[in-house]
Amino acid sequence: MQIFKTPHFDFLRWRWFAIGLSWVIIIAGLVAIKTKGLPLGVEFSGGTVVIVQFDQQPPDSSVIRNALERSMPGEGQNAVIQRYGPEAARQYMIRVPDVGEEAGAELSQKAEKVVDALKKANVGSFKPAGTEIVGPAVGQDLRRKGILATVLSLVGILLYIAFRFQFSFAVGAVVATVHDLLVTFAFLAFFRYDLSLNVIAAILTVTGYSTNDTIVIFDRVRENIRGMRRDNLYDIVNKSVNQTMGRTVITAGTALLSALALFLFGGEVLHGFAFTMIVGIVTGTYSSVFIAAAIAVIWQTRARRMGKMSAQSPATSAPSNTRKPGRRRAS
Amino acid sequence: MKKNIRWKLLTSLAVFVIFFAVGVYPILAQRYHLPLPSWLAAKQLKLGLDLKGGVHLVLRVETDEALKIHTTTTSEQLREALRTAGISVGSIKVASPTSFHVEGVPQDKDAAFTRIADDQTTTEYDRNTGVGGTYDFTMKPNVALTMREQAVTQARETIDRRVNELGVAEPNISLYGQSNNEILVQLPGVTDVARAKEIIRNTAILELKIVEAGPAGTQEQLLQGYGGKVPDDMEVIQGSAAAGDTSFYLVRKAAAVTGQDLRNAKATIDENNRPAVGFSLTNEGARKFGKATGENIGRLLAIVLDHRVSSAARIESKINDEGRITGSFTTQQVTDMSLILRTGALPASLTYLQQHEIGASLGADSIRSGVTASLVGLLLVVGFMLIYYKLSGVNAVVALVFNLVILLGLMAYIGATMTLPGIAGFVLTMGIGVDSNVLIFGRIKEELAAQRGVRQAINAGFSRVFLTLLDTHVASLISAAFLFQFGTGPIRGFAMTLVIGLISNLFTSTFVSKTLFEAVLGQRQTAALSI
Repeated sequence: MQIFKTPHFDFLRWRWFAIGLSWVIIIAGLVAIKTKGLPLGVEFSGGTVVIVQFDQQPPDSSVIRNALERSMPGEGQNAVIQRYGPEAARQYMIRVPDVGEEAGAELSQKAEKVVDALKKANVGSFKPAGTEIVGPAVGQDLRRKGILATVLSLVGILLYIAFRFQFSFAVGAVVATVHDLLVTFAFLAFFRYDLSLNVIAAILTVTGYSTNDTIVIFDRVRENIRGMRRDNLYDIVNKSVNQTMGRTVITAGTALLSALALFLFGGEVLHGFAFTMIVGIVTGTYSSVFIAAAIAVIWQTRARRMGKMSAQSPATSAPSNTRKPGRRRAS
Repeated sequence: MKKNIRWKLLTSLAVFVIFFAVGVYPILAQRYHLPLPSWLAAKQLKLGLDLKGGVHLVLRVETDEALKIHTTTTSEQLREALRTAGISVGSIKVASPTSFHVEGVPQDKDAAFTRIADDQTTTEYDRNTGVGGTYDFTMKPNVALTMREQAVTQARETIDRRVNELGVAEPNISLYGQSNNEILVQLPGVTDVARAKEIIRNTAILELKIVEAGPAGTQEQLLQGYGGKVPDDMEVIQGSAAAGDTSFYLVRKAAAVTGQDLRNAKATIDENNRPAVGFSLTNEGARKFGKATGENIGRLLAIVLDHRVSSAARIESKINDEGRITGSFTTQQVTDMSLILRTGALPASLTYLQQHEIGASLGADSIRSGVTASLVGLLLVVGFMLIYYKLSGVNAVVALVFNLVILLGLMAYIGATMTLPGIAGFVLTMGIGVDSNVLIFGRIKEELAAQRGVRQAINAGFSRVFLTLLDTHVASLISAAFLFQFGTGPIRGFAMTLVIGLISNLFTSTFVSKTLFEAVLGQRQTAALSI
């Protein structure tokens, strides 16, 4: 059984179209983030989350909201109240934006107030199944660390690829990875998933996955450059993408299968994580085929043209031949 | 050649058996009540708080307080030394946690003052001379840094002792984050979170002080005999509301003994059968206490806990090494207080920054869904590999199972913690890990298409892909390493799973998988490959 009998698509022909499509998604995502904001998980925003489990069929969320509003005026309206886990678990997640005084034992004050409010309102017998309380200082600290970890891991990958391959490849790989990050953020904004620690973990995993995908193609390019010195980079890259296509699709397939298993069966806690993984695997695969390779070719062609322009007299314009970027060995 | 394969097979098998015994067998044994030797049980895979249930607390040590106490003590010592030398100065005030300010040093005593001040402070404080007989003393930065570190270490050790006394199984108390003053406390299975938090953060600074005047209802009444002013070497302390006492006491600043002189503290009852805390003192403490009580028979002795008088009793005779704290306490209060005293004082107060409580039922839910997702993921990936690669798919599946067994075994062996994100990492290791096999098989197919023999195709497939595999694995390791750096608790578990999964994947997809090919094809020289 074979899905692809080494296809012969001209992938690079679609490079400008692909780059355009990516920009559309990214800009739409940025607009969504700008206008509606990216919902932050409680670890990052700070606040109080209480998960309650009802002994019998739980009341409607509006009943809970009213109960909160009665005891904590103003806060019931702003609370996020959601079913948590499967229907049969009879659980609700209640999230209020702030915590008690950060000083001392008062941290859990808000959580106790929420539980008291529900008890007072007589919404049915329940017990708190879990709480998560994050003071504002922690949230800020985590935000900073999350950004730092993402940036550092990108720089690390850039350096490694630049060391193992050549610089234009590293640029291609990192542009593709940044692209995947932005697209993933866009989808998080479209589907309103909270940006939580787990989601950040998934994003960093996607970074690794997407780079993997890119490296496999680049590796083939490097190998083909040795064997096909006569051909230009455009053709070599195209051939390499085609040769690795079967692997690319199958790997994306198995990775998607496992991410899908997590999304469907992994439970409430892993929902955002699995969603991010699914988006990341799809965009990571797409970007290594259409973005990473294309950027490497574009970058090298430009770089060569710049080189020629400075080597020759600046007045003579270099022939614009993206299709035939010289024959220098690329490795 | 054949011998070579036999060795490789044996190595693979040995690796499998060892990691299976460490990582998988204990889980099966527990589930199906099989015999489990204790040396294996000791190495079991630990479950994280998010799976087991419990509470996760992050707290900050207010190190400024520890510095302020030290600065205050130093300035008091300087005051005492100046008084002894007969130099009277305008005022000595603590300006910040790390500095104090002296005013009104008489001009003719300037030389004597600096000599005494240097004597008292020069190792720890820098002295700056201002105009008109004023001086600023500032703690040296390296001294302050060391003191902060000590405060955090001491706090961590104290919390550690308290948590152990609480009887929590497998707690985790460690430094947290990069700010160097935060402590992570993980208490699995604890349900009375409020009590645990209270016990942990109680500073428990115990001082026994001689009462000069009081108790009095108001501060004015108390100071009547002193012209309304608190003498320099004394201070006013209020009674403890918890012990039902709101009156004021005028006590000596210098304590007769402190919590550091305690040898033990335990719950007991007083002469009225009320719960009380009995304590005993160390030899040095008993000597100091005996001297102080012997000189002050007939006076009141105040037991001051966290700057509140919790009880005051008349000194009937010289007391050497034992005492009792009484008041209207409940049994629980007395138990907790003696626990706290026994485990020592905190150097500074603690502030809770974060609290995450996972009920046992939520943890059980997470385990259930994590295991379901793992099994479904495994079935999907295995099914796909078998259908797509036929018999060679079996090879890939064997390699995959090897990979998972090594992953579990290594995690158990190094004492890593399995968290829910860790399970996610486990599932992803399956889905993404087969990529190595896919790459190799794809290459073998290409080589076969290029009319090579089966054996050459397999050899070429493995050797040509190896560099690619190395590159992809290193790149993934880079991002996993940063994830590990950034994360805490559950996320760390995830990063750990990824890292170990990547390393064991490199081994299984190259060594184990190739050995299997060689072993199976060894007998049939030119058989066509089912791939």
